[in-house]
Amino acid sequence: MHAIEKIFAQKANVERVKAGDRVWADVDLTVNVDLYRTVLAEFENLGGTKIKYPERVAFTFSINAPAPTIQSASNEKDMREFAYKHGIHLFDINTGVVQQVLMEAGLVWPGTISIATDSHATILGALGAVGMGVGAVDLAASMIKGNIWFRVPEIIKINIDGELQPGVMAKDVILKVLGELKQDVAIYKAIEYTGSAVRNMSLSSRMVLCNMAVELGAKTSYIQPDEKVIDFLGSRVTRTYEIPTTDPDFKYAEEYSLDVNQLVPQVACPHNVDNVCDLDDVPKKPVNQCLIGTCTGGRLEDLAIAAEILKGRKINAKTRLIVIPASKEIYLKAMELGYLRDLIEAGATVTNPGCGPCLGAHMGVLAPGEVCVTASNRNFSGRMGSPQAELYLASPATVAATAIEGILTNPRGYLKSQQRS
Amino acid sequence: MSDIKGKAIVLNMNNVSTDQIFPGQYVNLTDPNEIAEHVLEGADKSFKNRIKTGDILVAGNNFGCGSSREQAVITLKEAGFAAVIANSVGRIWYRNAINLGLPVLICEGFVNQVEEGDEIEVNLKEGIAKNSSKGTIAKGNAISDFVLNIFANGGIKPMMKSKILSK
Repeated sequence: MHAIEKIFAQKANVERVKAGDRVWADVDLTVNVDLYRTVLAEFENLGGTKIKYPERVAFTFSINAPAPTIQSASNEKDMREFAYKHGIHLFDINTGVVQQVLMEAGLVWPGTISIATDSHATILGALGAVGMGVGAVDLAASMIKGNIWFRVPEIIKINIDGELQPGVMAKDVILKVLGELKQDVAIYKAIEYTGSAVRNMSLSSRMVLCNMAVELGAKTSYIQPDEKVIDFLGSRVTRTYEIPTTDPDFKYAEEYSLDVNQLVPQVACPHNVDNVCDLDDVPKKPVNQCLIGTCTGGRLEDLAIAAEILKGRKINAKTRLIVIPASKEIYLKAMELGYLRDLIEAGATVTNPGCGPCLGAHMGVLAPGEVCVTASNRNFSGRMGSPQAELYLASPATVAATAIEGILTNPRGYLKSQQRS
Repeated sequence: MSDIKGKAIVLNMNNVSTDQIFPGQYVNLTDPNEIAEHVLEGADKSFKNRIKTGDILVAGNNFGCGSSREQAVITLKEAGFAAVIANSVGRIWYRNAINLGLPVLICEGFVNQVEEGDEIEVNLKEGIAKNSSKGTIAKGNAISDFVLNIFANGGIKPMMKSKILSK
């Protein structure tokens, strides 16, 4: 069995499972984000009165944070009162983006199953956990019963070998994968990432690969946990856990490989995540807004490279740069390390941790005809405001260099560490 | 359950995302009628005016890719669609469609055999889509009894509810 299958088998309390099996499995963490007041209605519709395992349920407020409209404020008010009443975890508007906050809080560890009204729950694969996006009905049912049904997914392997060039990031790797394999390669399936490039990546970089597994259509993702995961979990997770492993004779449904030695910065052009080109091949047009942040591109290493590129420079006078740390923990570290000062002095607008304009809620939505280069995960038409806006996905390094020039710009040559060598 | 019959509304585009089916700016809405007002607004603003109750949406590859928002199913159902036929669909959207009782048939290539307004018949159990206007039949994925039963009950909620209340 694959490690993912072993996780489903254990949580379903059966010896073995295989792809296509339908199982009722225990859910270790059930997560609702602030958009889904409807979960409370479904909880009532389904006859729910109390939550089976309150310590396994969390509400996170990162999208409309702080609330920009009376409607969102009312939704949050109801959800807060529900959280207080039932004694579940509440991560309020001062904490940061959904999965980032849950991982930092020690609520996720290898071998667990999490569901969330957040399609980017696939990010948990970076910790060797199974994370899956669901809708409000599944979420409410899990709150009431502590389990839901799953179809055990086929598993495909994407092997990534090689060494990344300076200024090339995990985001470029996953965009390259999207460009090659396309956004429906993994529908209903799980993705495991393997290979030397993945092993050598920081945990934050691996999170980028797992986060965007959903952009390939995947149900969930997985990277075999190693000492980087154990170090991260460190004092966050006090309980003991076992790290699942894949049997040597396991047969993957499909296998793909990618060599990243020669990889150059990548860009996903409007309006599809798999409409990917080498950055240098994309026609240059004026960029109105740049975004560094979100569950894809707002971790400390992202802010670090942006600060390295922007320190002592100024962003283009006709370009806006919005920077959103992914969590309070990252925000504070970026402050201590001076990154925020460097970014603000360069002209960035730094906002509180959260999802910001990524899904068009607030804090930087786009007007018709505007062009945005973003370190976030989706460039669908209308994703960040007007359907007539153009969204280009790129790495945080590319976004930072682009902010300086006001047109799509390769970060190579802007890195101080590279200039020295 | 019996065959579903209706007139085709054709959306022959690939990767129609949940952001197009139900744009993010409306995700705070909870009233089903209001949710239906914005159906497919991100793909085509005129879409809503073309739909009559009982129509069948015929779509391309990877329909419903993207976010977990259930409104991307609710909006189609409340706007009047009796079923969706697509080459392939996003998995979270598909699961939400099952849970909320919007019948979905995955039938590769059917969208290329259909014009807007054609009379369509769907047999979920056999996985067959029939274009009565053109006299063509296409074979898609048969639906398991487990899922068929959910569709027949109008979604998973009645089943969940009886399961929860029986404890």
